[in-house]
Amino acid sequence: MTTFTPSTLTETLSTIQWAAAEETPLEILGHGSKRGIGRPLQTEHTLDLSHLIGVTLYEPAELVLSARAGTPLAEIEKLLAENGQQFAFEPMDYGPLLGGEPGQGDKNGTIGGVLASNLSGSRRLKAGAARDHILGVAGISGRGEAFKSGGRVVKNVTGYDLSKLMANSWGTLAVLTDVTFKVLPAAETEVTLAIRGLLDDAAVAAMALALGSSAEVSSAAHLPERIAAKVAGGKHGSDAATLLRVEGFGPSVVYRIEALKQLLGKAGPLEEIAGEASKTIWRDIRDCVPFADGGTRPVWRVSMAPSEAHHMVMALRMQAAVDAFYDWQGGLVWLSMREDDPEADLLRGLIRKHGGGHATLVRASPSHRAALPVFEPQPPHLAALSARLKAEFDPKNILNPGRT
Amino acid sequence: MSGLAMPKPDAETMRRRAEIVADMRIIVPGEGVVDAANEMRAFESDGLTAYRQLPLVVVLPQTVAQVSRVLKYCNERNIRVVPRGSGTSLSGGALPLEDAVLLVMSRFNRILQIDYPNRVVMAQPGVTNLGITTAVEQEGYYYAPDPSSQIACSIGGNVAENSGGVHCLKYGLTANNVLGIEMVLMNGEVVRLGGSHLDQEGYDLLGVMTGSEGLLGVVTEVTVRILKKPETARALLIGFPTSEQGGQCVADIIGAGIIPGGMEMMDRPAIHAAEDFVHAGYPLDVEALLIVELDGPSVEVDHLIGLVEAIAYKNGSTTCRISQSEQERLSFWAGRKAAFPAVGRISPDYYCMDGTIPRKELPRVLAGMRDLSEKYGLGVANVFHAGDGNLHPLILYDANVPGELDKAESFGADILRLCVQVGGVLTGEHGVGVEKRDLMPEMFNQVDLDQQMRVKCAFDPNHLLNPGKVFPQLRRCAELGRMHVHRGQVAFPDIPRF
Repeated sequence: MTTFTPSTLTETLSTIQWAAAEETPLEILGHGSKRGIGRPLQTEHTLDLSHLIGVTLYEPAELVLSARAGTPLAEIEKLLAENGQQFAFEPMDYGPLLGGEPGQGDKNGTIGGVLASNLSGSRRLKAGAARDHILGVAGISGRGEAFKSGGRVVKNVTGYDLSKLMANSWGTLAVLTDVTFKVLPAAETEVTLAIRGLLDDAAVAAMALALGSSAEVSSAAHLPERIAAKVAGGKHGSDAATLLRVEGFGPSVVYRIEALKQLLGKAGPLEEIAGEASKTIWRDIRDCVPFADGGTRPVWRVSMAPSEAHHMVMALRMQAAVDAFYDWQGGLVWLSMREDDPEADLLRGLIRKHGGGHATLVRASPSHRAALPVFEPQPPHLAALSARLKAEFDPKNILNPGRT
Repeated sequence: MSGLAMPKPDAETMRRRAEIVADMRIIVPGEGVVDAANEMRAFESDGLTAYRQLPLVVVLPQTVAQVSRVLKYCNERNIRVVPRGSGTSLSGGALPLEDAVLLVMSRFNRILQIDYPNRVVMAQPGVTNLGITTAVEQEGYYYAPDPSSQIACSIGGNVAENSGGVHCLKYGLTANNVLGIEMVLMNGEVVRLGGSHLDQEGYDLLGVMTGSEGLLGVVTEVTVRILKKPETARALLIGFPTSEQGGQCVADIIGAGIIPGGMEMMDRPAIHAAEDFVHAGYPLDVEALLIVELDGPSVEVDHLIGLVEAIAYKNGSTTCRISQSEQERLSFWAGRKAAFPAVGRISPDYYCMDGTIPRKELPRVLAGMRDLSEKYGLGVANVFHAGDGNLHPLILYDANVPGELDKAESFGADILRLCVQVGGVLTGEHGVGVEKRDLMPEMFNQVDLDQQMRVKCAFDPNHLLNPGKVFPQLRRCAELGRMHVHRGQVAFPDIPRF
């Protein structure tokens, strides 16, 4: 049992070349903040990239940042904030849900992990996920070969986009060593409009109406009764809250919030939440804080068409005890099972029945994770294609074998 | 590039042409197979018209089952296939091969579903880019990526090329606006990626397919995100005495946290050509002209126009006009949008390049281009998607003068090398195709290219789909699959372990 902790590209390359030659599998790790997702690995050796660190390029006026893959996300976000910028895709922090240490923000994930798990947040709806902001990568395949793809500019169609291929690959195709992301100005102002007391179907209708307006809503979430009390320390009460976030320059935000009030005035009682209070709510929603109870009861992350997801949840409730809340206009469902049974087949069957999508078991006991497909199983042709791709990058299956 | 080497035609395929045509007629009955030379002439080139080649046969399927059967048939018989959408590629992506079936997707021309609550449109790949906007504009929606060929180019082709347009700084490229596709692999298997939901499960094959230039699979259905039209749009037309000042103005606008809907720059030759052509009222005494378009609620647009005007003034702008009406806004754009034909008026031929550079390098690259222009004795006019650093130098030449096309191509290649040298890339939105294929080693080493080709091997191990494009040298998948490791001989320095 050896943990390799390279701090240079040469050391990282040597380690992987050695593992490839020996055909010995490695667990690929940043901070291990998402180690609880996916099948538990049983590799003899671990490649810990948390010493491969440093921002190598940051040019705010060019909207670009490059860093070694092990650089803490928290450190990069701090640097961006100092320059009035951000990752517009708002990468979530799995720390609260998976039991990360409070106050250990600098250990709550690396920038390489952000791409490898294709993180995003509530702004996914408008701004995309990590895959939409990655400009270039350098990595080492399971063949022990260092390659690069993409570049540092936004408009680039030179060759296949292997950078995007790294998104959501969970370290199974290549070990990332460097990533280059697009960065964007942080919004000057944000205000959240809350509609109180709606049931799921009315909330989904209200969110669709808001997103179908020109108010440029950047996030839309629905917290059913009781769940609402679990964000922002309960200071907004426990009535159901349907939340619409508007961001931008001050005068524009005022105007667009007013337009939304006109549009939704009849939907239910309205409430404006501004500034830090708004930011806190969205951070808690993004990080799935309502289900961060320190336990291991199963939590699912489900992506479906926004208009269909709540129908699936209602059907699921007929057969299983679940709590649920919605982000992405209703299309992202966080589901917490009240019993220990993840109900994987039942859930996935209902998703297929309601227009399709996918479900990931993001929290579960190791025994459930070992026994169940944590990630959505793929249809045969697609699964075969994915397997061929994996074999092209990692023919000896040495990188995170079996995790996905 | 004029001496472009394409894959050697397969003698066996050429010999069996009549049989293949007959079999294609069985798979695609009716008028879906074209084999007469005079009728195939319409398909002999795409937007890169310097290259022409008649295909083996043209096949225009109408159903996914037909596409699947054509590909499976060809795969089993080792017959090459070149897919084609509307044929507007500027890099020769749809250039036929003498021994290849040209698979034309233009009869896949229906919008399949418009879903307003989820803001998605599902369309067949032959629907034009503008056709999607047309289908939803009565409800106030549009499809954001707007390549300048949008009236003709197909959405399937947009996926193949990851097309951009003037609005992609704010609204993203095709890759950011496509949620799902259905595609057929070379072996005939039909695969769906993504859908009306966000994020594809598993590997981001949708991301790899977008911009893969028809080498990985044939797209048979596309699901895109539509957006509500902004309430208003207004533009500023700003002139600068130097390109440095114009470039700094662009940097300062972005530095102020403003992401305009569009931000375009033109240099002196392009300004003059455009003004002579459409009389847009462009100032003729400036070196750089910037069009900045702001869109959104009018209160936001008015606010930002004030900020941009102040930034322009600070950077030494000598003229700054602000559109006071929709008509005036369109007149600002008229010259820019007519820049290519305008240059076509002042030169018998022009060759359009497509590099991207870090914006700050603009003055250096423009200076380099002036030197090259002198060296080759050919003029060049520049239009520039300033917000995202995408340059379109138009090289002026006369194809009737022996040797000038070669000179223009060498000039273009030098410009792209310069783009790569300053940290940019060979192509921003037009694709590699055959045009930039042999320049790929300027940007990638052999290991990088091999890794890309291995992706190709996972999709099409026999290199039958659109061969001769993108990669300068094709290597057999079996050869690429070999691992060159020597057990126990790998250098293994002191790596910290715990």
